[in-house]
Amino acid sequence: MTPATTTGPDAATPAPSHTAAEQFAKRQQSPVQRIQHVLHAHPAISPLVLLVLSFLVFTYLNPNFGTLRTQSLILQQVAVVGALAVGQTLIILTAGIDLSCGAIAILAMLYSAKLSADGGIPGPVAILVGLAVGTAAGAVNGLLVTRLNLPPFIVTLGTLSIFTAMALLYSGGQGVQAAEMPDVMTWTGEIVNLGGLRVTTGVVMVGFLYLVVGFALKQTMWGRHVYSVGNDAEASRLVGISVNRVLFSVYALAGLIYGITAWVLIGRTGSASPNAAVDANLESITAVVIGGTSLFGGRGALLGTLLGALIVGYFRTGLSLAGVDDQWRVLTIGVLVIVAVSVDQWIRKVRA
Amino acid sequence: MSTTAPTTASSSVRSESPVLSARGLVKTFGKVVGLDGVDFDLYPGEVLAIIGDNGAGKSTLIKAATGAVVPDAGEVRLDGEVVNFRKPSEAREAGIETVYQTLAVAPALDIAANMFLGRETRRSGPLGSVLRMLDHKGMRESAGKSMSDLGIGTLQNMSQAVETLSGGQRQAVAVARAAAFATKLIVLDEPTAALGVKETNQVLNMINRVRESGLPVILISHNMPNVFEVADRIQIQRLGRSAGVVTPKSHTPNEVVAIMTGATTLEETPGKAPD
Repeated sequence: MTPATTTGPDAATPAPSHTAAEQFAKRQQSPVQRIQHVLHAHPAISPLVLLVLSFLVFTYLNPNFGTLRTQSLILQQVAVVGALAVGQTLIILTAGIDLSCGAIAILAMLYSAKLSADGGIPGPVAILVGLAVGTAAGAVNGLLVTRLNLPPFIVTLGTLSIFTAMALLYSGGQGVQAAEMPDVMTWTGEIVNLGGLRVTTGVVMVGFLYLVVGFALKQTMWGRHVYSVGNDAEASRLVGISVNRVLFSVYALAGLIYGITAWVLIGRTGSASPNAAVDANLESITAVVIGGTSLFGGRGALLGTLLGALIVGYFRTGLSLAGVDDQWRVLTIGVLVIVAVSVDQWIRKVRA
Repeated sequence: MSTTAPTTASSSVRSESPVLSARGLVKTFGKVVGLDGVDFDLYPGEVLAIIGDNGAGKSTLIKAATGAVVPDAGEVRLDGEVVNFRKPSEAREAGIETVYQTLAVAPALDIAANMFLGRETRRSGPLGSVLRMLDHKGMRESAGKSMSDLGIGTLQNMSQAVETLSGGQRQAVAVARAAAFATKLIVLDEPTAALGVKETNQVLNMINRVRESGLPVILISHNMPNVFEVADRIQIQRLGRSAGVVTPKSHTPNEVVAIMTGATTLEETPGKAPD
């Protein structure tokens, strides 16, 4: 879906123009309009530019930033939020939002960790239970959104509390240490060496997740319908797309992705604690928004989300290496979110 | 074609059998009567305009015939077979395509994606059957062909997002989609309502092209000049009933407006005899 030209549709017909309206229609685009059109066609460009710029600036401020060691640490830090953001992207593409993503991951994590540690259930089975819990929790969100027609914001605000409370009630507020769990549960924390870039298997898994879901979004009918439903649900219904089925599949799949995230989270923290990843909920939304996906639905790309998650990671590590107080990181990310949404508003106004 | 006496389309005498016909359609919304026993016939290769004031039941008539609303009573036949669609998708599967006033396009998706929305084709071989990959290239080519078949040469780039198009161009995409997939007939609901003069002419040209391709068209409109330009027959709806069927040759626009608003009736204004 790469347009060969981003100029107006009338540009292809060099017929003589007589009326003022025709002259007006054929007027030259200003450079700003041209940028608007390019960004409209390729929403991942702005986060890519920001990522490259921040890499250069942070490396200039502290040369340690550019080293493979720092980069691999950033990748490990970003993995959990990056994985949640995959599910979050799917839901935001349908013009929804998921405030419960982190809570679902923690719920899934505690179920599989407790079952394997206290219940003596084999590791692979416990992981499957975690995936099932995540999928079921996502399906609950999906059912509430499609069957009761509730706004996704309200549904997931409610289930955020419900899933968090369920996790605490089930675990009694107690975490599970790595030593109590089978090895396969912490396998996602093992280091692999990718040509000098030492990352965890969890990072590789999240990368794979991006490839698979990105492929499904761009190359399959299901992905096309996810965009279409987010664009205009009524139009999608009129052309025969089962809007509720698409929405439900998105929420359930997002739940499965949060279940996978739970496994990555165990490897990352080396334990299963009900207090893990408390910021991850909102940070996943931040990553999606900075990545150029529109909160109004139907616009954006998973690649942008990956860049958005990396930008958040870059700012955390980069500003800390530059010796700046952590509150500046919080402040800067806040500014980035507002700028990203403003840019999105502007891009959406594009006209021929 | 007889236009001297009929008060409903059913009494016109034609040798051909209608493609789509309805008898005694009734639809009430609470206490409001939307359709009060309406008949209509659409014959092969014609453009049938359905006109009427706001609330005259022209949209309801078409919705009842194509499954967008389910009529309380009455019968719809397609090629002589009773069909009575319960959902728009059933009408679509039977070969009836509708272009809604809202156009039913996804603005951020490109032209090709919108043309094939809900009917995407997959690549051949294992890429399509196993990996479920869409045939992006094939759909773009086929979309481009459908557009040029309807005389829309100005849109060359099928990867252009629909929201970057003008109103007339969007309409063109929706009509081209209907024409590409319809096998029996096309319904156009107020296709020129939001368009300027030049773009309106473009859409009327498209309607003519669709007719030339052999597909009959039902055109819902209250734009009298447009109707007189393209329609072969005009069914006038008034207060949920059919006030008569005329042709652009038998009646003048003023006479049609008079019948439409109830100032006169078809019996009082029989019009000129057909040539």
